[in-house]
Amino acid sequence: MLTMEEGFFALFLAVIAFGCLIIAGKTFDQVMAFHTGLGALFAAGGVFYIFKNYFEGDNQQIPQEIDGKPNYNIGPIKFASVAAMFWGIAGFLVGLIIASQLAWPALNFDLPWTNFGRMRPLHTSAVIFAFGGNVLLATSMYVVQRTCRARMPGGILPWFVVLGYNAFILIAGTGYLLGATQGKEYAEPEWYADLWLTIVWVAYLMLFLGTLWKRKEPHIYVANWFYLAFIVTVAMLHITNNLTIPVSIYSTQSVIVWSGVQDAMVQWWYGHNAVGFFLTAGFLAIMYYFVPKRTDRPVYSYRLSIVHFWALIFIYIWAGPHHLHYTALPQWASTLGATFSIILWMPSWGGMINGLMTLSGAWDKLRTDPVLRMMVVSVAFYGMSTFEGPLMSLRAVNSLSHYTDWTIGHVHSGALGWVGYISFGALYCLIPWLWNKKQLYSLKLVNWHFWLSTLGIVLYITAMWVSGIMQGLMWRAYDALGFLEYSFIETVDAMYPFYVIRALGGALFVLGSLIMAYNLWMTVRHGEAEEADTMPAGSLAAAE
Amino acid sequence: MNETYMAVAGFAQTWGLIYFVILFSIVLAYALWPKNREKFDDASQIPFRED
Repeated sequence: MLTMEEGFFALFLAVIAFGCLIIAGKTFDQVMAFHTGLGALFAAGGVFYIFKNYFEGDNQQIPQEIDGKPNYNIGPIKFASVAAMFWGIAGFLVGLIIASQLAWPALNFDLPWTNFGRMRPLHTSAVIFAFGGNVLLATSMYVVQRTCRARMPGGILPWFVVLGYNAFILIAGTGYLLGATQGKEYAEPEWYADLWLTIVWVAYLMLFLGTLWKRKEPHIYVANWFYLAFIVTVAMLHITNNLTIPVSIYSTQSVIVWSGVQDAMVQWWYGHNAVGFFLTAGFLAIMYYFVPKRTDRPVYSYRLSIVHFWALIFIYIWAGPHHLHYTALPQWASTLGATFSIILWMPSWGGMINGLMTLSGAWDKLRTDPVLRMMVVSVAFYGMSTFEGPLMSLRAVNSLSHYTDWTIGHVHSGALGWVGYISFGALYCLIPWLWNKKQLYSLKLVNWHFWLSTLGIVLYITAMWVSGIMQGLMWRAYDALGFLEYSFIETVDAMYPFYVIRALGGALFVLGSLIMAYNLWMTVRHGEAEEADTMPAGSLAAAE
Repeated sequence: MNETYMAVAGFAQTWGLIYFVILFSIVLAYALWPKNREKFDDASQIPFRED
Protein backbone atom coordinates (compact mmCIF):
# COMPACT_ATOMS: atom_id res chain seq x y z
CA MET A 1 0.00 0.00 0.00
CA LEU A 2 1.06 3.53 -0.74
CA THR A 3 1.18 5.27 2.62
CA MET A 4 -0.99 8.30 3.32
CA GLU A 5 2.13 10.43 3.35
CA GLU A 6 3.39 9.13 -0.01
CA GLY A 7 -0.04 9.51 -1.55
CA PHE A 8 -0.41 13.05 -0.29
CA PHE A 9 2.99 14.19 -1.54
CA ALA A 10 2.55 12.43 -4.88
CA LEU A 11 -0.80 14.14 -5.42
CA PHE A 12 0.45 17.52 -4.21
CA LEU A 13 3.55 17.41 -6.42
CA ALA A 14 1.49 16.25 -9.40
CA VAL A 15 -0.82 19.25 -8.99
CA ILE A 16 2.22 21.56 -8.74
CA ALA A 17 3.74 19.98 -11.86
CA PHE A 18 0.55 20.48 -13.91
CA GLY A 19 0.05 24.00 -12.60
CA CYS A 20 3.62 24.88 -13.54
CA LEU A 21 3.20 23.39 -17.01
CA ILE A 22 0.07 25.42 -17.69
CA ILE A 23 1.73 28.65 -16.58
CA ALA A 24 4.88 27.81 -18.54
CA GLY A 25 2.77 27.32 -21.66
CA LYS A 26 0.72 30.50 -21.38
CA THR A 27 3.16 33.00 -19.90
CA PHE A 28 4.57 35.97 -21.80
CA ASP A 29 7.41 36.30 -19.29
CA GLN A 30 10.55 34.36 -20.18
CA VAL A 31 11.81 34.15 -16.60
CA MET A 32 8.43 32.80 -15.52
CA ALA A 33 8.54 30.23 -18.31
CA PHE A 34 12.01 29.14 -17.19
CA HIS A 35 11.07 28.93 -13.52
CA THR A 36 7.76 27.16 -13.99
CA GLY A 37 9.55 24.77 -16.35
CA LEU A 38 12.07 24.05 -13.60
CA GLY A 39 9.25 23.71 -11.09
CA ALA A 40 7.37 21.22 -13.28
CA LEU A 41 10.57 19.21 -13.75
CA PHE A 42 11.33 19.07 -10.01
CA ALA A 43 7.76 18.28 -9.01
CA ALA A 44 7.44 15.55 -11.65
CA GLY A 45 10.80 14.18 -10.50
CA GLY A 46 9.44 14.04 -6.96
CA VAL A 47 6.34 12.11 -8.07
CA PHE A 48 8.55 9.75 -10.09
CA TYR A 49 10.78 8.98 -7.09
CA ILE A 50 7.84 8.40 -4.76
CA PHE A 51 6.43 5.78 -7.14
CA LYS A 52 9.85 4.33 -7.99
CA ASN A 53 10.46 3.87 -4.29
CA TYR A 54 7.03 2.33 -3.92
CA PHE A 55 7.44 -0.23 -6.70
CA GLU A 56 11.09 -1.09 -6.08
CA GLY A 57 11.37 -0.69 -2.33
CA ASP A 58 10.65 -3.58 0.00
CA ASN A 59 7.72 -1.58 1.36
CA GLN A 60 8.65 -2.35 4.91
CA GLN A 61 7.97 0.09 7.67
CA ILE A 62 11.20 1.85 8.65
CA PRO A 63 11.83 0.80 12.26
CA GLN A 64 11.71 3.58 14.83
CA GLU A 65 14.36 1.81 16.86
CA ILE A 66 17.10 -0.72 16.15
CA ASP A 67 18.36 -2.76 19.11
CA GLY A 68 16.66 -0.35 21.49
CA LYS A 69 18.48 2.64 20.00
CA PRO A 70 16.59 5.30 18.06
CA ASN A 71 16.99 4.79 14.32
CA TYR A 72 17.89 8.37 13.45
CA ASN A 73 17.08 9.58 9.95
CA ILE A 74 20.35 10.96 8.60
CA GLY A 75 19.94 10.87 4.81
CA PRO A 76 18.39 14.37 4.52
CA ILE A 77 20.97 15.70 7.00
CA LYS A 78 23.79 14.40 4.83
CA PHE A 79 22.27 16.08 1.78
CA ALA A 80 21.84 19.41 3.58
CA SER A 81 25.40 19.40 4.92
CA VAL A 82 26.86 18.71 1.47
CA ALA A 83 24.58 21.38 0.00
CA ALA A 84 25.77 23.81 2.69
CA MET A 85 29.39 23.28 1.70
CA PHE A 86 28.57 23.64 -2.01
CA TRP A 87 26.47 26.80 -1.62
CA GLY A 88 28.99 28.19 0.86
CA ILE A 89 31.84 28.07 -1.63
CA ALA A 90 29.58 29.41 -4.41
CA GLY A 91 28.36 32.27 -2.19
CA PHE A 92 31.85 33.18 -0.95
CA LEU A 93 33.12 33.16 -4.55
CA VAL A 94 30.36 35.48 -5.75
CA GLY A 95 31.22 37.72 -2.80
CA LEU A 96 34.83 37.79 -3.91
CA ILE A 97 33.72 38.66 -7.45
CA ILE A 98 31.55 41.59 -6.38
CA ALA A 99 34.24 42.81 -3.98
CA SER A 100 36.62 42.81 -6.94
CA GLN A 101 34.02 44.59 -9.09
CA LEU A 102 34.00 47.43 -6.60
CA ALA A 103 37.77 47.77 -6.90
CA TRP A 104 37.90 47.12 -10.66
CA PRO A 105 34.54 48.00 -12.27
CA ALA A 106 35.62 46.48 -15.60
CA LEU A 107 34.76 43.10 -14.02
CA ASN A 108 31.07 43.93 -14.48
CA PHE A 109 31.77 43.00 -18.13
CA ASP A 110 28.98 45.35 -19.22
CA LEU A 111 26.53 42.46 -19.21
CA PRO A 112 23.21 42.60 -17.37
CA TRP A 113 23.66 39.17 -15.74
CA THR A 114 27.10 39.88 -14.28
CA ASN A 115 26.26 43.40 -13.14
CA PHE A 116 26.98 44.23 -9.48
CA GLY A 117 23.31 45.02 -8.88
CA ARG A 118 22.28 41.48 -9.76
CA MET A 119 25.29 39.70 -8.31
CA ARG A 120 25.03 41.34 -4.90
CA PRO A 121 21.69 39.77 -3.91
CA LEU A 122 23.00 36.50 -5.36
CA HIS A 123 25.90 36.74 -2.89
CA THR A 124 23.81 37.69 0.14
CA SER A 125 21.14 35.07 -0.51
CA ALA A 126 23.72 32.38 -1.30
CA VAL A 127 25.64 32.89 1.93
CA ILE A 128 22.68 33.61 4.25
CA PHE A 129 19.91 31.42 2.91
CA ALA A 130 21.72 28.78 0.86
CA PHE A 131 24.81 28.23 3.04
CA GLY A 132 23.39 29.32 6.40
CA GLY A 133 19.98 27.81 5.68
CA ASN A 134 21.36 24.40 4.81
CA VAL A 135 23.62 24.46 7.87
CA LEU A 136 20.54 25.22 9.98
CA LEU A 137 18.50 22.48 8.29
CA ALA A 138 21.26 19.92 8.77
CA THR A 139 22.12 20.81 12.36
CA SER A 140 18.52 21.32 13.50
CA MET A 141 17.45 17.92 12.16
CA TYR A 142 20.47 16.32 13.80
CA VAL A 143 20.18 18.09 17.14
CA VAL A 144 16.43 17.71 17.54
CA GLN A 145 16.55 13.97 16.86
CA ARG A 146 19.52 13.41 19.16
CA THR A 147 18.31 15.50 22.08
CA CYS A 148 14.79 14.05 21.83
CA ARG A 149 16.15 10.55 21.22
CA ALA A 150 13.53 10.04 18.52
CA ARG A 151 13.49 9.57 14.75
CA MET A 152 12.06 12.45 12.68
CA PRO A 153 8.47 11.71 11.62
CA GLY A 154 7.71 10.75 8.05
CA GLY A 155 9.74 9.35 5.21
CA ILE A 156 9.00 11.87 2.46
CA LEU A 157 8.52 14.92 4.69
CA PRO A 158 12.20 15.43 5.69
CA TRP A 159 13.27 15.04 2.07
CA PHE A 160 10.55 17.42 0.94
CA VAL A 161 11.84 20.04 3.36
CA VAL A 162 15.49 19.70 2.34
CA LEU A 163 14.98 19.34 -1.42
CA GLY A 164 12.13 21.86 -1.51
CA TYR A 165 14.29 24.42 0.28
CA ASN A 166 17.15 23.91 -2.15
CA ALA A 167 14.75 24.20 -5.08
CA PHE A 168 13.71 27.56 -3.65
CA ILE A 169 17.37 28.62 -3.50
CA LEU A 170 17.86 27.67 -7.14
CA ILE A 171 14.76 29.58 -8.28
CA ALA A 172 15.66 32.64 -6.20
CA GLY A 173 19.28 32.70 -7.36
CA THR A 174 18.61 32.26 -11.06
CA GLY A 175 15.81 34.82 -10.76
CA TYR A 176 18.24 37.49 -9.54
CA LEU A 177 20.61 36.92 -12.44
CA LEU A 178 17.73 37.08 -14.93
CA GLY A 179 16.37 40.25 -13.34
CA ALA A 180 13.38 38.98 -11.33
CA THR A 181 13.47 40.74 -7.98
CA GLN A 182 11.18 42.50 -5.51
CA GLY A 183 14.00 44.86 -4.66
CA LYS A 184 13.60 44.27 -0.93
CA GLU A 185 16.93 43.63 0.74
CA TYR A 186 17.29 39.98 1.87
CA ALA A 187 13.73 39.41 0.60
CA GLU A 188 14.44 39.69 -3.13
CA PRO A 189 12.71 36.51 -4.37
CA GLU A 190 9.49 37.20 -6.27
CA TRP A 191 5.99 36.17 -5.22
CA TYR A 192 5.96 32.60 -6.60
CA ALA A 193 9.29 31.74 -4.96
CA ASP A 194 7.96 33.25 -1.71
CA LEU A 195 4.82 31.12 -1.88
CA TRP A 196 6.88 28.00 -2.43
CA LEU A 197 9.15 28.85 0.50
CA THR A 198 6.10 29.35 2.71
CA ILE A 199 4.91 25.82 1.92
CA VAL A 200 8.36 24.34 2.56
CA TRP A 201 8.74 26.32 5.78
CA VAL A 202 5.40 25.15 7.18
CA ALA A 203 6.48 21.57 6.38
CA TYR A 204 9.75 22.27 8.21
CA LEU A 205 7.86 23.55 11.26
CA MET A 206 5.64 20.46 11.25
CA LEU A 207 8.68 18.21 10.94
CA PHE A 208 10.39 19.93 13.87
CA LEU A 209 7.29 19.97 16.06
CA GLY A 210 6.59 16.35 15.12
CA THR A 211 10.03 15.31 16.34
CA LEU A 212 9.53 17.20 19.60
CA TRP A 213 6.15 15.50 19.94
CA LYS A 214 7.77 12.06 19.64
CA ARG A 215 10.52 12.82 22.14
CA LYS A 216 11.66 10.25 24.71
CA GLU A 217 13.46 12.92 26.71
CA PRO A 218 10.91 14.77 28.89
CA HIS A 219 12.80 18.09 28.91
CA ILE A 220 13.22 20.01 25.64
CA TYR A 221 16.92 20.90 25.42
CA VAL A 222 17.67 24.63 25.10
CA ALA A 223 19.10 24.33 21.57
CA ASN A 224 15.67 23.15 20.38
CA TRP A 225 14.05 26.25 21.86
CA PHE A 226 16.35 28.42 19.80
CA TYR A 227 15.69 26.38 16.65
CA LEU A 228 11.96 26.60 17.25
CA ALA A 229 12.09 30.38 17.75
CA PHE A 230 14.07 30.62 14.52
CA ILE A 231 11.57 28.56 12.52
CA VAL A 232 8.42 30.22 13.91
CA THR A 233 9.71 33.79 13.67
CA VAL A 234 11.12 33.39 10.17
CA ALA A 235 7.71 32.13 9.05
CA MET A 236 6.04 35.20 10.54
CA LEU A 237 8.59 37.61 9.08
CA HIS A 238 8.60 36.02 5.65
CA ILE A 239 4.84 36.11 5.29
CA THR A 240 4.39 39.68 6.55
CA ASN A 241 7.17 41.14 4.44
CA ASN A 242 6.06 39.33 1.28
CA LEU A 243 2.35 40.14 1.22
CA THR A 244 2.39 40.88 -2.48
CA ILE A 245 -0.23 40.72 -5.19
CA PRO A 246 1.07 39.36 -8.49
CA VAL A 247 0.48 41.58 -11.50
CA SER A 248 -0.73 38.43 -13.22
CA ILE A 249 -0.32 34.74 -12.49
CA TYR A 250 1.77 34.60 -15.68
CA SER A 251 4.11 37.37 -14.59
CA THR A 252 7.14 37.42 -12.29
CA GLN A 253 6.14 40.93 -11.17
CA SER A 254 4.18 41.73 -8.05
CA VAL A 255 3.09 44.69 -5.95
CA ILE A 256 3.42 44.85 -2.17
CA VAL A 257 0.33 45.67 -0.10
CA TRP A 258 2.29 47.98 2.22
CA SER A 259 2.91 51.51 1.05
CA GLY A 260 5.50 54.18 1.70
CA VAL A 261 7.06 54.39 5.13
CA GLN A 262 4.99 51.46 6.39
CA ASP A 263 6.58 49.31 3.72
CA ALA A 264 10.00 50.54 4.84
CA MET A 265 9.17 49.74 8.46
CA VAL A 266 7.90 46.24 7.61
CA GLN A 267 10.98 45.65 5.45
CA TRP A 268 13.41 46.55 8.27
CA TRP A 269 11.38 44.81 10.89
CA TYR A 270 11.90 41.81 8.63
CA GLY A 271 15.50 42.67 7.78
CA HIS A 272 16.72 43.10 11.32
CA ASN A 273 14.92 40.03 12.56
CA ALA A 274 16.40 38.01 9.72
CA VAL A 275 19.65 38.89 11.51
CA GLY A 276 18.11 38.25 14.93
CA PHE A 277 16.34 35.00 14.29
CA PHE A 278 17.91 33.48 11.19
CA LEU A 279 21.54 34.49 11.78
CA THR A 280 21.45 34.63 15.58
CA ALA A 281 18.84 32.40 17.23
CA GLY A 282 19.44 29.51 14.81
CA PHE A 283 23.21 29.67 15.17
CA LEU A 284 22.97 30.08 18.96
CA ALA A 285 21.19 26.73 18.88
CA ILE A 286 24.27 25.35 17.14
CA MET A 287 26.44 26.91 19.85
CA TYR A 288 24.40 25.38 22.66
CA TYR A 289 24.77 21.89 21.23
CA PHE A 290 28.10 21.74 19.43
CA VAL A 291 30.29 23.67 21.89
CA PRO A 292 29.33 21.39 24.82
CA LYS A 293 29.72 18.31 22.59
CA ARG A 294 33.15 19.31 21.37
CA THR A 295 34.46 20.34 24.81
CA ASP A 296 32.77 17.33 26.37
CA ARG A 297 31.31 19.34 29.20
CA PRO A 298 27.81 20.76 29.75
CA VAL A 299 26.94 24.36 29.02
CA TYR A 300 28.32 26.74 31.66
CA SER A 301 24.91 27.70 33.05
CA TYR A 302 21.69 26.15 31.90
CA ARG A 303 19.72 28.72 33.88
CA LEU A 304 21.50 31.55 32.09
CA SER A 305 20.60 29.89 28.80
CA ILE A 306 16.91 30.11 29.72
CA VAL A 307 17.13 33.79 30.61
CA HIS A 308 19.22 34.29 27.45
CA PHE A 309 16.56 32.69 25.30
CA TRP A 310 13.50 34.55 26.55
CA ALA A 311 15.28 37.91 26.81
CA LEU A 312 16.76 37.60 23.32
CA ILE A 313 13.54 36.71 21.52
CA PHE A 314 11.42 39.28 23.34
CA ILE A 315 13.85 42.13 22.72
CA TYR A 316 15.19 41.43 19.24
CA ILE A 317 11.80 41.73 17.59
CA TRP A 318 11.64 45.48 18.45
CA ALA A 319 15.07 46.56 17.19
CA GLY A 320 14.26 46.92 13.47
CA PRO A 321 13.42 50.66 13.31
CA HIS A 322 17.07 51.61 14.01
CA HIS A 323 17.65 50.98 10.29
CA LEU A 324 15.49 54.00 9.51
CA HIS A 325 17.03 56.93 11.40
CA TYR A 326 16.59 60.28 9.63
CA THR A 327 13.87 58.97 7.32
CA ALA A 328 10.11 59.52 7.02
CA LEU A 329 9.68 57.14 9.96
CA PRO A 330 8.64 59.09 13.10
CA GLN A 331 11.58 59.79 15.36
CA TRP A 332 10.00 58.05 18.36
CA ALA A 333 9.85 54.82 16.38
CA SER A 334 13.52 54.84 15.43
CA THR A 335 14.41 55.86 19.01
CA LEU A 336 12.44 52.87 20.23
CA GLY A 337 14.43 50.64 17.88
CA ALA A 338 17.72 52.07 19.13
CA THR A 339 16.64 51.68 22.78
CA PHE A 340 15.84 48.02 22.30
CA SER A 341 19.14 47.59 20.47
CA ILE A 342 20.99 48.89 23.52
CA ILE A 343 19.00 46.60 25.82
CA LEU A 344 20.07 43.73 23.53
CA TRP A 345 23.61 44.07 24.86
CA MET A 346 22.46 42.16 27.93
CA PRO A 347 21.14 38.93 26.40
CA SER A 348 23.77 38.97 23.65
CA TRP A 349 26.64 39.15 26.09
CA GLY A 350 24.91 36.78 28.49
CA GLY A 351 24.80 34.23 25.69
CA MET A 352 28.37 34.91 24.66
CA ILE A 353 29.64 34.47 28.22
CA ASN A 354 27.62 31.28 28.53
CA GLY A 355 29.23 29.90 25.38
CA LEU A 356 32.77 30.93 26.26
CA MET A 357 32.62 29.84 29.89
CA THR A 358 31.56 26.36 28.80
CA LEU A 359 35.29 25.96 28.22
CA SER A 360 36.23 26.81 31.79
CA GLY A 361 38.57 24.10 32.96
CA ALA A 362 39.17 23.00 29.39
CA TRP A 363 40.85 26.04 27.90
CA ASP A 364 43.86 23.92 27.00
CA LYS A 365 41.73 22.29 24.29
CA LEU A 366 42.01 25.53 22.32
CA ARG A 367 45.67 24.72 21.78
CA THR A 368 45.11 21.23 20.45
CA ASP A 369 41.71 21.36 18.76
CA PRO A 370 41.41 23.84 15.88
CA VAL A 371 37.71 22.96 15.42
CA LEU A 372 36.92 24.07 18.95
CA ARG A 373 39.12 27.12 18.44
CA MET A 374 37.05 28.03 15.42
CA MET A 375 33.83 27.83 17.43
CA VAL A 376 35.26 29.83 20.32
CA VAL A 377 36.56 32.55 18.01
CA SER A 378 33.10 32.53 16.46
CA VAL A 379 31.49 33.23 19.84
CA ALA A 380 34.05 35.99 20.41
CA PHE A 381 33.08 37.54 17.07
CA TYR A 382 29.45 37.26 18.15
CA GLY A 383 30.32 39.29 21.23
CA MET A 384 32.20 41.84 19.18
CA SER A 385 29.58 42.40 16.51
CA THR A 386 26.71 42.49 19.01
CA PHE A 387 28.65 45.16 20.88
CA GLU A 388 29.25 47.16 17.72
CA GLY A 389 25.66 46.84 16.45
CA PRO A 390 23.86 48.66 19.27
CA LEU A 391 26.53 51.36 19.09
CA MET A 392 25.79 51.88 15.42
CA SER A 393 22.06 51.98 16.11
CA LEU A 394 22.45 55.22 18.08
CA ARG A 395 21.35 58.21 16.06
CA ALA A 396 24.61 60.13 16.52
CA VAL A 397 26.81 57.22 15.43
CA ASN A 398 24.37 56.20 12.71
CA SER A 399 24.55 59.63 11.10
CA LEU A 400 28.21 58.89 10.42
CA SER A 401 28.07 55.15 9.76
CA HIS A 402 24.85 54.73 7.79
CA TYR A 403 25.17 54.08 4.03
CA THR A 404 28.95 53.72 4.42
CA ASP A 405 31.25 50.68 4.30
CA TRP A 406 31.31 50.60 8.10
CA THR A 407 27.95 48.83 7.91
CA ILE A 408 29.38 46.31 5.45
CA GLY A 409 32.32 45.68 7.80
CA HIS A 410 29.97 45.26 10.76
CA VAL A 411 27.78 42.78 8.90
CA HIS A 412 30.80 40.75 7.85
CA SER A 413 32.31 40.54 11.33
CA GLY A 414 29.01 38.93 12.27
CA ALA A 415 28.59 36.92 9.08
CA LEU A 416 32.13 35.69 8.47
CA GLY A 417 33.21 35.61 12.10
CA TRP A 418 30.14 34.46 13.99
CA VAL A 419 27.86 32.68 11.51
CA GLY A 420 30.66 31.40 9.25
CA TYR A 421 32.88 30.04 11.99
CA ILE A 422 30.16 28.43 14.08
CA SER A 423 28.90 26.77 10.87
CA PHE A 424 32.39 25.57 9.93
CA GLY A 425 32.85 24.23 13.45
CA ALA A 426 29.48 22.46 13.31
CA LEU A 427 30.23 20.93 9.89
CA TYR A 428 33.68 19.77 11.04
CA CYS A 429 31.91 17.96 13.90
CA LEU A 430 28.91 16.78 11.92
CA ILE A 431 30.54 15.24 8.85
CA PRO A 432 32.54 12.56 10.75
CA TRP A 433 29.47 11.81 12.90
CA LEU A 434 27.15 11.45 9.91
CA TRP A 435 29.50 9.27 7.85
CA ASN A 436 30.50 7.21 10.86
CA LYS A 437 34.14 8.27 10.86
CA LYS A 438 36.45 8.32 13.82
CA GLN A 439 37.79 11.80 13.15
CA LEU A 440 38.51 14.38 10.51
CA TYR A 441 40.97 13.57 7.74
CA SER A 442 43.38 16.27 8.89
CA LEU A 443 43.38 18.67 11.83
CA LYS A 444 46.39 20.35 10.26
CA LEU A 445 44.22 21.47 7.35
CA VAL A 446 41.62 22.79 9.81
CA ASN A 447 44.42 24.81 11.31
CA TRP A 448 45.31 26.22 7.88
CA HIS A 449 41.65 27.00 7.26
CA PHE A 450 41.41 28.73 10.61
CA TRP A 451 44.44 30.98 10.21
CA LEU A 452 43.88 31.84 6.54
CA SER A 453 40.27 32.82 7.07
CA THR A 454 40.97 34.64 10.34
CA LEU A 455 43.56 36.73 8.53
CA GLY A 456 40.98 37.25 5.78
CA ILE A 457 38.31 38.45 8.22
CA VAL A 458 40.73 40.81 9.97
CA LEU A 459 41.79 42.33 6.64
CA TYR A 460 38.14 42.60 5.62
CA ILE A 461 36.74 44.31 8.69
CA THR A 462 39.65 46.65 9.35
CA ALA A 463 39.63 47.80 5.72
CA MET A 464 35.89 48.47 5.94
CA TRP A 465 36.20 50.37 9.23
CA VAL A 466 38.78 52.72 7.79
CA SER A 467 37.00 53.01 4.47
CA GLY A 468 33.58 53.52 6.06
CA ILE A 469 34.61 56.16 8.57
CA MET A 470 36.61 57.98 5.90
CA GLN A 471 33.64 57.86 3.56
CA GLY A 472 31.29 59.17 6.23
CA LEU A 473 33.63 61.99 7.17
CA MET A 474 34.18 62.98 3.53
CA TRP A 475 30.43 63.15 2.91
CA ARG A 476 29.92 65.58 5.78
CA ALA A 477 33.01 67.76 5.19
CA TYR A 478 32.24 71.40 4.35
CA ASP A 479 34.64 74.07 3.20
CA ALA A 480 34.89 77.60 4.67
CA LEU A 481 32.07 78.85 2.40
CA GLY A 482 29.67 76.13 3.43
CA PHE A 483 29.96 74.07 0.26
CA LEU A 484 30.56 70.32 0.29
CA GLU A 485 34.28 69.68 0.30
CA TYR A 486 34.20 66.52 -1.82
CA SER A 487 32.21 65.30 -4.77
CA PHE A 488 30.79 61.80 -4.50
CA ILE A 489 33.24 60.36 -7.01
CA GLU A 490 36.18 61.68 -4.97
CA THR A 491 35.01 59.56 -2.01
CA VAL A 492 34.76 56.52 -4.30
CA ASP A 493 38.25 57.14 -5.58
CA ALA A 494 39.60 57.43 -2.03
CA MET A 495 38.17 54.02 -1.12
CA TYR A 496 40.05 52.15 -3.85
CA PRO A 497 42.95 50.82 -1.71
CA PHE A 498 40.52 49.58 0.95
CA TYR A 499 38.43 47.78 -1.66
CA VAL A 500 41.58 45.98 -2.82
CA ILE A 501 42.44 44.97 0.78
CA ARG A 502 38.87 43.80 1.31
CA ALA A 503 38.96 41.68 -1.84
CA LEU A 504 42.24 40.17 -0.63
CA GLY A 505 40.61 39.32 2.70
CA GLY A 506 37.71 37.73 0.85
CA ALA A 507 40.11 35.70 -1.30
CA LEU A 508 41.75 34.29 1.84
CA PHE A 509 38.33 33.37 3.21
CA VAL A 510 37.43 31.57 -0.06
CA LEU A 511 40.77 29.75 0.01
CA GLY A 512 40.06 28.59 3.56
CA SER A 513 36.67 27.23 2.56
CA LEU A 514 38.21 25.30 -0.35
CA ILE A 515 40.67 23.69 2.07
CA MET A 516 37.70 22.82 4.27
CA ALA A 517 35.80 21.21 1.40
CA TYR A 518 38.86 19.12 0.49
CA ASN A 519 39.30 18.07 4.12
CA LEU A 520 35.66 17.04 4.48
CA TRP A 521 35.72 15.21 1.16
CA MET A 522 38.79 13.23 2.25
CA THR A 523 37.14 12.52 5.62
CA VAL A 524 34.13 10.99 3.91
CA ARG A 525 36.13 9.08 1.30
CA HIS A 526 39.18 7.95 3.21
CA GLY A 527 38.50 8.57 6.90
CA GLU A 528 38.88 5.68 9.30
CA ALA A 529 35.51 4.14 10.13
CA GLU A 530 34.20 4.26 13.67
CA GLU A 531 34.53 0.67 14.83
CA ALA A 532 32.45 0.59 18.00
CA ASP A 533 29.13 0.69 16.19
CA THR A 534 29.39 -1.58 13.20
CA MET A 535 25.86 -1.86 11.97
CA PRO A 536 24.61 -4.76 9.89
CA ALA A 537 25.32 -4.06 6.23
CA GLY A 538 22.58 -2.25 4.38
CA SER A 539 20.69 -1.19 7.47
CA LEU A 540 19.90 2.44 8.11
CA ALA A 541 22.75 2.89 10.51
CA ALA A 542 22.81 5.60 13.10
CA ALA A 543 25.87 7.79 13.07
CA GLU A 544 28.46 7.67 15.84
CA MET B 1 0.40 65.07 17.55
CA ASN B 2 -3.06 63.64 17.23
CA GLU B 3 -4.92 62.11 20.13
CA THR B 4 -4.84 58.54 18.92
CA TYR B 5 -1.06 58.69 18.76
CA MET B 6 -0.83 60.19 22.26
CA ALA B 7 -3.13 57.54 23.66
CA VAL B 8 -1.24 54.66 22.03
CA ALA B 9 2.15 56.07 23.01
CA GLY B 10 0.95 56.65 26.58
CA PHE B 11 -0.32 53.10 26.82
CA ALA B 12 2.91 51.65 25.41
CA GLN B 13 5.13 53.72 27.67
CA THR B 14 3.36 52.66 30.86
CA TRP B 15 1.69 49.29 30.43
CA GLY B 16 4.33 48.16 27.94
CA LEU B 17 6.99 48.72 30.57
CA ILE B 18 5.01 46.93 33.25
CA TYR B 19 4.34 44.03 30.87
CA PHE B 20 8.02 43.58 30.11
CA VAL B 21 9.06 43.82 33.77
CA ILE B 22 6.49 41.21 34.78
CA LEU B 23 7.48 38.94 31.90
CA PHE B 24 11.14 39.21 32.78
CA SER B 25 10.43 38.55 36.45
CA ILE B 26 8.55 35.38 35.55
CA VAL B 27 11.47 34.18 33.41
CA LEU B 28 13.98 34.98 36.16
CA ALA B 29 11.86 33.27 38.80
CA TYR B 30 11.48 30.18 36.61
CA ALA B 31 15.19 30.02 35.81
CA LEU B 32 16.41 30.69 39.35
CA TRP B 33 13.75 28.86 41.39
CA PRO B 34 15.74 26.63 43.78
CA LYS B 35 13.49 23.64 43.15
CA ASN B 36 14.25 23.78 39.42
CA ARG B 37 18.00 23.53 39.94
CA GLU B 38 18.09 19.76 39.76
CA LYS B 39 15.92 19.69 36.65
CA PHE B 40 18.15 22.17 34.81
CA ASP B 41 21.38 20.50 35.90
CA ASP B 42 19.95 17.30 34.53
CA ALA B 43 18.81 19.00 31.31
CA SER B 44 22.30 20.32 30.64
CA GLN B 45 23.47 16.69 30.37
CA ILE B 46 21.02 15.85 27.56
CA PRO B 47 23.59 16.18 24.73
CA PHE B 48 25.73 13.52 26.40
CA ARG B 49 22.94 11.05 27.01
CA GLU B 50 22.09 10.10 23.45
CA ASP B 51 23.01 6.85 21.82
